[in-house]
This record gives sequence, structure tokens and C-alpha cells, in this order.
Amino acid sequence: MLARTRASFHHSIGTYRQVESVSSTRQDRPGRRPLREDANDGARAGALADRLRAAVGAAKVLTDPAQLRTYACDGLATVRVTPSVVVLAERREDVVAAVRLCAGAGVPFVARGSGTGLSGGAVPVADGVLIVLSRLRAVRSVDPGNARVVVEPGVINLWVTREAAPYGQAYAPDPSSQQVCSIGGNVAENAGGAHCLKYGFTVNHVMGAEVVLPDGEVVHLGGIAPEHPGFDLLGAFVGSEGTLGIATEVTVRTVQAPESVRTMLVGFHSVADAAGTVSDIIAGGILPAAVEMMDALAIEAAEAAVRCGYPQGAVAVLVIELDGPRVEVDEQFLQVERIAAARHAFETRIARDEDERALMWKGRKSAFAAVGRISPAYYVQDGVIPRTKLPEVLDEVGRLADAAGIRVANVFHAGDGNLHPLILFDDKVEGAAHAAEQLGFAILDLCVASGGSITGEHGVGVEKKSRMAVQFSADDLDTMHRLRCAFDPAGLANPGKQFPTPRLCGERPGVRTAASEDHDPALGEVF
Amino acid sequence: MTAATAPDDPGGQKARPDGPPGSGEGARPPAPPLGATVAASADAATAGGARPTIGLGMPGFGAPGGAFDAHQPPDAALVGDCVHCGFCLPSCPTYVLWGEEMDSPRGRIDLIKGGLEGEAFDAAAVRHLDQCLGCMACVTACPSGVQYDRLIEATRAQLERRTTRPRRERLLRALVYGLFPHPRRLRVLRGPLRAYQSSGLRTLLARTGLLRRLPAALRAMEALAPRLGPAPALPARIPASGTRRRTVGLLTGCVQGTFFPDVNAATVRVLTAEGCDVVVPRRQGCCGALSAHAGRAPEAVRFARHAIETFEASGVDTVVVNAAGCGSHLKEYAHLLRDEGGDWPARAGALAAKVRDITELLDELGPVAPRHPLPVTVAYQDACHLAHAQAVRDQPRRLLRGVPGVELRELPEAEICCGSAGTYNLLHPEPARELGERKARAVLSTGARLMVTANPGCWMQVATTLAGMGERMPVAHTVQVLDAAIRGVPVERLLAQALDGPGTPLAPPSSGPPRTSPPAATGPLPGTGGADPSPQASS
Repeated sequence: MLARTRASFHHSIGTYRQVESVSSTRQDRPGRRPLREDANDGARAGALADRLRAAVGAAKVLTDPAQLRTYACDGLATVRVTPSVVVLAERREDVVAAVRLCAGAGVPFVARGSGTGLSGGAVPVADGVLIVLSRLRAVRSVDPGNARVVVEPGVINLWVTREAAPYGQAYAPDPSSQQVCSIGGNVAENAGGAHCLKYGFTVNHVMGAEVVLPDGEVVHLGGIAPEHPGFDLLGAFVGSEGTLGIATEVTVRTVQAPESVRTMLVGFHSVADAAGTVSDIIAGGILPAAVEMMDALAIEAAEAAVRCGYPQGAVAVLVIELDGPRVEVDEQFLQVERIAAARHAFETRIARDEDERALMWKGRKSAFAAVGRISPAYYVQDGVIPRTKLPEVLDEVGRLADAAGIRVANVFHAGDGNLHPLILFDDKVEGAAHAAEQLGFAILDLCVASGGSITGEHGVGVEKKSRMAVQFSADDLDTMHRLRCAFDPAGLANPGKQFPTPRLCGERPGVRTAASEDHDPALGEVF
Repeated sequence: MTAATAPDDPGGQKARPDGPPGSGEGARPPAPPLGATVAASADAATAGGARPTIGLGMPGFGAPGGAFDAHQPPDAALVGDCVHCGFCLPSCPTYVLWGEEMDSPRGRIDLIKGGLEGEAFDAAAVRHLDQCLGCMACVTACPSGVQYDRLIEATRAQLERRTTRPRRERLLRALVYGLFPHPRRLRVLRGPLRAYQSSGLRTLLARTGLLRRLPAALRAMEALAPRLGPAPALPARIPASGTRRRTVGLLTGCVQGTFFPDVNAATVRVLTAEGCDVVVPRRQGCCGALSAHAGRAPEAVRFARHAIETFEASGVDTVVVNAAGCGSHLKEYAHLLRDEGGDWPARAGALAAKVRDITELLDELGPVAPRHPLPVTVAYQDACHLAHAQAVRDQPRRLLRGVPGVELRELPEAEICCGSAGTYNLLHPEPARELGERKARAVLSTGARLMVTANPGCWMQVATTLAGMGERMPVAHTVQVLDAAIRGVPVERLLAQALDGPGTPLAPPSSGPPRTSPPAATGPLPGTGGADPSPQASS
């Protein structure tokens, strides 16, 4: 049996520390070895297994094929790569030890939390080590006075709110998977959620992080203080998808839970009316906590899954939530009702109590997985457009879907213009998955052409790396690449994600030679 | 990377000694390249010489050493329903304990999928599948409607048939399944157990430390045995009091009937008070739930056929069950007997349609018997096989709230299993203990005076754990609370008897049939302050 007790270690984050080294000096930094594709047979990482066992304990290192296969994919189930070794870290020291060994041997590593990411950010590398952080789930401190909670990366998003709730506070970013996704992954992907319209994304709520850099060095980025001089390295780290290091502790900001929260569900006979309502609300000076839209197909799926009782015959529904001081919320609620009525809303339902509110949200938050009930398989896309272009972009998505002969259900954060087309396909039909992916890419390209972006909150991962070239110029990508190389010159941290083409550190696009003098051209990575 | 070198398998026992060669380190198939799909990874496995794979989702039946044979394998279509979203993880007791993917529903489905693709199960895979409690919390949590219950049951039946377990485990299983599904054998055990409990022998054993020397599993059995009182036999037919509204058959259950006789007596009293004729078929035997949940399919089918015959002969409209595990299993009879010949599938379906949990039926009928007040705070613990497997959550709560004075408290983490899970606490004592402590702490945190649950397993598990933690708490079945309210039993008396143990009858020991004329108030005990003698109509 595995050792089931997890050692918890506590240390206080009382002071803000500048980026500091608690490890060895730069000279003996390991990891200066090139990584080549032809070494991709699992041998090097496999050879590391015994040393990993010696370093972190045998019970935390998995090499059994059956066990490894369960880690082959995250929430993007279409991409599977079985890792050579899995390390189930239980404390920071385990992460440091694993990363150091990987760096020393030139073996790539990938961090994984709850494995719910939808862009394949935690897809392992075949000849690599997967470092699982889901056992690092201690809440280190709750500091309501400073509105800060310090957690380990495996802590579930919803637990943070649960910890803060007794003090009348909450953690604002609320991805639909909030009851299972972990803070470490939220930080890596800069996760969003329905309430990010008003409260901002994960990046706006992370105040500090303890990070194990790709060479095993431990640094502290940010801290509990609200503002830090110098480069915003924490800002760079949040959303870096595990390519700059692994967070082993995260300090997040909590917000005061609002005095009043009111939620309504509004049914429309057309998507244009629903979308128009969203624009009118915001143009009217109201900033709702959330405005979510679902189309007919998504409603059908949610009904099948959770019987949420959405209006019959609706072509689109909006879930609109307002929060704040009671007087303001009540007044704005009436305004929103008037705006919706003017846009021909045929049914407006107001949650009378917490149960009804929960049911309205349950329909929305279960919608992705619920689509599994109306289709053998599906593929979630994530793109952003300017809010005002919702009707025309949705029309165009419909045209693209019809042309491809594929059904698309739409669930999205309408307030942000963050689309989530759910592309339905049958994975048993030859080529269907590919066709679905191509349609997804066409929709993303449409988002970019409309002045938007290829991801709102799911990250790029393996799934959308080819679209980075649509969104960004070669110079943009080169700049990002240089930042990445500053953290991870050996290219061992989550390689193969985010960037569209394999490149070596120090290499300019199109010029396969060394560029920067402080980098050895042989130092390479494939990503 | 063979099972022998797996870090957590020190014994290195291969679950399948006749398993295919090629799972060793040297022969490990080359890992697929980045971006490979499932199909590609399956191809890679084939290329590595591991075993033939017929392709994505196509079961490799008949492949020598493969995980599954062609007799009722897990349904590949059900496996395909899983979209890998992970919403099941926080509801899974073993994932909550260990934070490992292979001990989560999603991971286990992945293992099953591997089996369907033609991979053999190694010792680790068998262990992770065995470690599932079968609590079905993941079925409730799953937005995609994955029927994990069907998948794990089919998998377990195959494992049971095709896996040679270590000798020690085989013996324990033989002991457990040779005893618990057999009411008569259990009854034989009652006498010595009662004598043992009342003789002071237990105290002696505990004092000498001999108890600690028992193997963990036997120690679990010893600890879980409830305190026993007398078990008067129920008459074959008990008439309704007042107008008859329904004729119901009572499934007495193996453990319930033997160790919790008062739950059955209370069930009969409440049913008759609510206008039901109650038929208690003789020699009804075990419903087969324990066997089916453990993958002992042929045994489960035998038990089911016998139960169907028994209840058909009794001519009842409804079959009432007061043990959650039994009820959920009876409702699955049509699926269990789907491949039996003749009219068995139809008969199984007909019986399954008549099955109701006691709280389901009472809620459906609506109360006619007046309830006396019971001023008590109640922590209602959802039994997994009631809440998750039968989706019966609101009915018991409505019934309890219908008793004047009862204040319901909800448990934190209510969806997480207490670790009892049929025979799980006997076969996997360590995780069961951890889960039991978690549940016991959750129950205590409510501050309630009485815990109410609907399953003998949960009862024993939580009561035993509480006792081990030095806490004593009265535990009762929903129907005992209703019975006390209908008969006007004062709350202190209910609590005292619920504290003494499930085998202790709430009524003073009486010979003959259980009392059926409500409200047969026993009157207030001296010093308890007395109960309001005037019954109040509920809701």
C-alpha cells in the first residue's frame, strides 16, 4: 500500500521577499543538455525513476503501466501521451527534488493538478516526468484582515471560498469546474469564470507565488503587499501554462462577499435579442457580476443533465447576476428587466432563494460535460470577440457549422464576449475528430478576424498552439520565446505547449542559428 | 515496471499469473509521440509486442490474458460516455483520501477502457478497481450521465471470474461471502456473539491485547458487530390498522434482520399505522446485493431468482425495503437477469418496478397516523445506496421534518461515503477506517443529538468509529424515529435505546406480534419530563 499519510508543512508568509535564491549558486545549475526528439523513447525519464524514488520516497513514484495510463490526458481527452514516470508530490521538497533530478538529466517535466484543463496544458511528455500536485492541498493560512489566503497548489478553487466564507469573503475567479479544478492549474492557465466580467481573471487575484524554477531553484514572486516595484514577474508567471516553473504555494486575494446577490434567467426567441440585451445592459452603465448565454442546443443538454428548468422553447437564455449593495442591486435589477423586455424577452424568472439560484447556475456550469448526453463526443473551443459583435459572429459560427455539417452548441460568458462553442462529433466516425478540430480552428480564426483572441480562459496548451501564429506575428512570438528562455533555457518545463513551432532557445524564427551570446546554441528545446 | 517492481506492491503478486509476457521493463512499448491520439497509443502498444489490440473502443475479447472475456464485459459505449471532465473526483472517497488519478472514477474508467482495448490488468490495476467502494457518488456528480455503477459491476464480475487473488484475500472473501448473505448462518452466529458480548470475554480479550492481534479484517468484523438484543420473529402477515391503503411485502434483509431486528419491527409498526397490510414472506433469503456488488455474479443471480419467486408468491403490490443497499440492488434486477433464459428478464423487471425504499413509500402514501412531538436535533446521514443509487434524498428528510420538534441538521461532505460500503470495511479496513473517522467528525460537527441513517452498514460503521473515538452517539433508522413519533415514545427513551445499539428494541420486550395499534404510547418515563400526550397531525 502506498503511504497514505501526507506530511503537511507549514510556514508563514509574513513578509514580502524579493526574488531570492534558496538553492545553489548559478554555476552548478543543472540542465544544460540538449533535448532531441530522437531520444523520445521513455528511456531517459524511466532511468530517472530509481533516483526519484530515493529522493522523494518509493510510494510517491509511479511507473506501473496501468497507473501511468490514467495520467495520459487531462480535460482534453483527445490528446493522450503516457508519461514515463509520475511523481505524486506531497510537499514542496518533493517538487524541488523531482525538478532538480529532471534538470540534471535533461528530462522534461510537466506539472499537473486536478487534470481538468481543456487545452491540454497538463498533457505529459512521453519521455518525461509528470509531477502531480493534487496531494499538495493544505490551506496554509487565512488572513481575513488583509483579505489573503495562502494555499498549496493542489487546493481546489472552491475550497478557497469555503475557507474565506466564515469571514464574509470569497475567492472571485470561478471557472465552471470550480469544485474540482485546483489553484495551481488556475494560476498556470490564468483561469476565468462567469464572474470575471466584474471581478477580473485569476491574474487579478494572485498576489504571490512560491515557484520552483525549471532548474530547481525556489523563488518567491510577489507577496501579500498589494504592489511591488520592478518587473512584474508574477504577472509573467500567471498564465505561463507551466512553462516557467511550478508553483508550490499561492497567495490569493479574497473579496468581500456582496451584501446582495440576485440572479435572473431570461428566455429569448432569438440569439440577436439575447446578445443585444447584453450590450444594452453594459451600455446602460450596469456592470453585472455575470452575464452568461446558452443557445438551444446547450439548453437541451443542460436540461438532460440536471433538469434545471430553463424556459421552454427558448432559442437563447441569459443568466444574469447582479451583486453589490442591496439598494443598488434592486434598482439595477429592475433596469435589467426593462432592458430585456425591450429586447423581446418572453420569460424572465427571478431566483427567489439560494436553491433556485443554485439550479440556474447548475444548468450553466454543467453545460460542457452535459453535452456528453446529446453527443458521443464533443470539443470545447474558447475564443473571445468584442461583445458588440456577438450576433454577427454567432451567425457566422452557425454558417461555418452548417457548411461542415457539424452541430455546435454555444455556451459563453456573454458579458466578456468569451465564446465557448461546443463542437459535437462522433468519435467512432473516421475523421470526425479532425473535422471538429478544423471547425474549431475556423471559429478561432473568425474570432481573431473580428478583433478578438484565440483564448479567453482555457489557455493555449497543445490544443491551440497552431493558432498562436494566427493571433501573433513572428516578432511577438519571438519576444514571448525570449522571456520563456530567461526562465527555462534548457526548455524542460512543459515543452510542446503554447508555442506554434519547435524552436531552440536563442534561435530566431527562420534563422536557425544562435542569436543571443549568453546562450549556447546547443542548448535546446523542442516546443 | 513489472508489478513486482511497483513500489506499492511489495509482495509483487501478479494478479494474473498467466498474464501475457511483455509487460516487463525491457519490453515496455515505446511511448507514443506528443500529440498522439488514443488510437496511436494503442498502436504503439501493439508495436511493442505487448498484446493484440483491435482498435479504439473495440474490445479485444478472447485475447489470451486480456482483461475481459465475452461474457457480459463492461459496455464500451458506457466507457465512451466519459468525457474526462473530472467532475467526479471530489465526490470519490478514495480520491479524496489519496489524490491519485487511478483511484478516482475517471481513472478507473480509463483502466476499464484499457481492458476493453485488449490490455491485461496487472496487480496494480486490479487493486485500484478493488479499492472502489461502489458508493456511486460519482454517478450523482457526473454531468455526462456516465453509468459507472454498471461499468464497475461488470468489471468486478470479470475480475472475480478471471483473477486469482492472493491466498489470504481469497480466504477472507470466502469467509465474508459464506456468511453475510446467509441469514440462517448469521442467526447461528447471533447466540455465541451475544454470549461473547455479555460475558465479559470481550473486555478480557481487549485487556490482554489479544484483540489487537487479530488480523485487521477479523478485528473489523469483531468491532462492527452491533450489540445484540432479542430478535422476535415477525408474523407472516400483519394487518393494517384502520383502512387498508396498500399490501406490501417486507424484505427483511440478512444483516438488518439478524442484527437490527427492531428496525424491521419498527418498519412493520409504521407501515401498519399508515394503513398497509404487511406480508413477511418466509425463507426469503438474501437479495444478492453483497454478492453483486463484489462481482460474484452467478451467486447474485441465484439469490435474485429465489427472491423473485418468493415475492411473486406473496402476491404483494409493493416490495418494501429498509436497507438502502438491498433496495438499490432489487431495483437493478432486470439488468442483472438480462441474459437469463425464459421469462426471467420480464419477471425481474416486474419485481424491480414494485420495489420502494420504506421512506419512498411512506412519502408517496402521505401520513395518516398522527405524530407525537420529538424535540430532538437530528443529523441525517445519506446512505450512498439510497442517495446516490436510488436518488432518495428528499423523502426521508420530508418524513423527519414531518415529526413536530425534529430539527434536521445537514452533514458537511454529505456525499462522501462513510467507508462501510457493503463489505468494504471488512476487505479494506484501513481506508474504511479513515473514511469512517471523517464521517464521524462530520456527524459530530452538526452538534445533533441523534444520527439517523437508512442502512445497517452505515450505522455499524459510524457507531463503531464514534465509539473508537471515545464518543457515544445515539443512532437510529429513519423508521425508528417515525415509529417513536407515532407511538409517542418520549425522546429521552428513544435516545437511550438508540445509544444502546441497533439490536435493542425500542418497545419493551413483548412476546407475540409487534404492536400495531397506534398510538400505543408507552407513557413518559419518570424523570424525562414526559412527552406531550396529544398527538399532532403532521404536515
